Amino acid sequence: MAQVATETGLLAYFEAIRLALKEEMELDPAVFLMGEDVRFSIFGPTKDLHLEVGEDRVLDTPITESGFVGAAIGAALTGMRPVVEIMFADFLTVCMDQIINQAAKVRFMTGGQVKVPMVIRAPGGFLTSSAAQHSQSLEAIFMHIPGLKICVPSNPVDAKGLLKSAIRDDDPVLFFEHKALYYASDQVPMDPQFTVPLGKAAVLREGSDVTVFAVSGMVSTSVSAAKSLERDGISVELIDPRTLAPLDTRTLLDSVRKTGRLVTVEEGCLTAGVGAEISAIVTGEAWDSLKGPVVRVAAKDQPVPFSPCLEAACAPSMKSIMAAVRECAAVG
Amino acid sequence: MSEYPEELLLQLHRTMYSIRRFEETVSGLTGMGRIPGFMIHLYVGQEAIAAGVGAALSADDYIVSTHRGHGHLIAKGGRLDLMMAELMGKETGYCRGRGGSMHITSAELGSLGANGIVGAGLVIAPGAALSAKMRGTDQVTACFFGDGASNQGTFHEGLNLAATWELPVVFICENNGYGFSTPRSRHQCVARISQRAQAYDIPGITVDGNDVLEVYAASKWAVERARKGDGPALIEATTLRWHGHFEDDDDDYRSKEEKAAFAESCPIDCFERRCVEQGRVDAEVFERIRAEVDAEVEQAVAFAEESPEPLPEDDASLLFAGGDL
Repeated sequence: MAQVATETGLLAYFEAIRLALKEEMELDPAVFLMGEDVRFSIFGPTKDLHLEVGEDRVLDTPITESGFVGAAIGAALTGMRPVVEIMFADFLTVCMDQIINQAAKVRFMTGGQVKVPMVIRAPGGFLTSSAAQHSQSLEAIFMHIPGLKICVPSNPVDAKGLLKSAIRDDDPVLFFEHKALYYASDQVPMDPQFTVPLGKAAVLREGSDVTVFAVSGMVSTSVSAAKSLERDGISVELIDPRTLAPLDTRTLLDSVRKTGRLVTVEEGCLTAGVGAEISAIVTGEAWDSLKGPVVRVAAKDQPVPFSPCLEAACAPSMKSIMAAVRECAAVG
Repeated sequence: MSEYPEELLLQLHRTMYSIRRFEETVSGLTGMGRIPGFMIHLYVGQEAIAAGVGAALSADDYIVSTHRGHGHLIAKGGRLDLMMAELMGKETGYCRGRGGSMHITSAELGSLGANGIVGAGLVIAPGAALSAKMRGTDQVTACFFGDGASNQGTFHEGLNLAATWELPVVFICENNGYGFSTPRSRHQCVARISQRAQAYDIPGITVDGNDVLEVYAASKWAVERARKGDGPALIEATTLRWHGHFEDDDDDYRSKEEKAAFAESCPIDCFERRCVEQGRVDAEVFERIRAEVDAEVEQAVAFAEESPEPLPEDDASLLFAGGDL
């Protein structure tokens, strides 16, 4: 890991993203930003960044997701390192051809003649009554596509370190930010060379009874759940994958071999979600270690509703995570 | 034609005839099962467009190609042996057998991919042009697409982006009158696709896509204005697709009379006739070029057939630039 001991600063998640973008643009003239209203920036990461790095480095695009994701591919194929923002991760569906059929495949289809160093930043997840088209966590869809890398930073340190690695990476990277995390703060390394490598999970809490594999916004909720469960005598080992592709299966399997139990937690829908794949990996590779069935915690299989009481019932919660861990721990 | 040097006339002829001979050979080999698959979309009849555009481009300019892309790559300098090997799925092919006919690409020659998704390249091209502008080069991107693709949303998105940002793109619509089996009268209602340029406040012109000099002149004009920073243009080149949409196409949606008219419009025969009639090129010179190309295609087939098959175990290393995950 390229982490080095250095001075830190208290930064919110959105500020950590902003700092990563600014640093990488200062380090490499090939890096530039594009997206809808990125200079205005709803959640703040790129607000007025053009005033600091130059107007030619931060481009407001028309409302044209296929247009600017396609343009990013064209730019990446010809020597640039574009970072584009999809304003809400839900809008990724508007430019699926460019992501799935173009960015993910062009290197392979050309027999390795080209590379596509681009990052697609996409804020996802539940956030206060955003309803069905502005609340989704679509990571699992992209895990199904060979050729893409997928980051799911759950805190400001990873947001900065992973984004820098993603920008320096020579392949297309989907970078899922979580809307509800933008204003969460932490001490973030200020060294411009600080990075977090792709493909290395973090064990956020060591434990002996149940492994909890939590993704993105569900990490902090799972930390709270683990703390509460500890008081009840259940010891949780918490794994944050940090990237879903590449996936650090070794850290996952090592943990499950130790605890014998697994709960997956994500904000995407249950069916064919991240947890389904993780469960398949664990049952395939660590069957002998499992004391009971894998339990998946996820959003309900339905569109996210608007009304606060309905939305809360649809999303996974600390309560549902704790119930799943208890259920899991009770077996075996 | 008096304004054009003989060298250019011979180059245009050689490119058109190379495409024709290559494509007719591919057709035969596909029929015999010596080229795998049936998704082989041939460029026969449309040669003047690629040849005219290709001659107007510089070596370091980019092209964005389509499923009917063999001609585009040949016109950009593609080697027939490496192309034939790719079509046969061999390791020596341009894409090491991973792309095949629909994705035939040479990055070294400035091809940014041949696309199996109709219209997808229309939004990739502006990005290459944006990149050229940002890097301070004067490279132009030529974006090929068909009349069918001009109905995709990417047509609007690509032209709007290129026009709004004044990017050096030349959009070349190869209007062969059909989107697969659907005639243009049933898939769009504009008289000319070039009219659509008005929506983006960029120049749009229609040329006879079977007249290589007309295509060349229009391309030269559009490429030069893009190169000096005057933004994109849309060229509609009308043409005829002699073969079916792909090689397995029964092509029963076009009448006998319609097909009988193909030969009359042959871009190569018409060009040769004009050059000879106007005393610019001797008929024997064309004969010699044809013979040279015939031999080159024959050698390309032999090279491809003798080439080794690719290895499945190499696939994983081609997925990511950083190697296998």
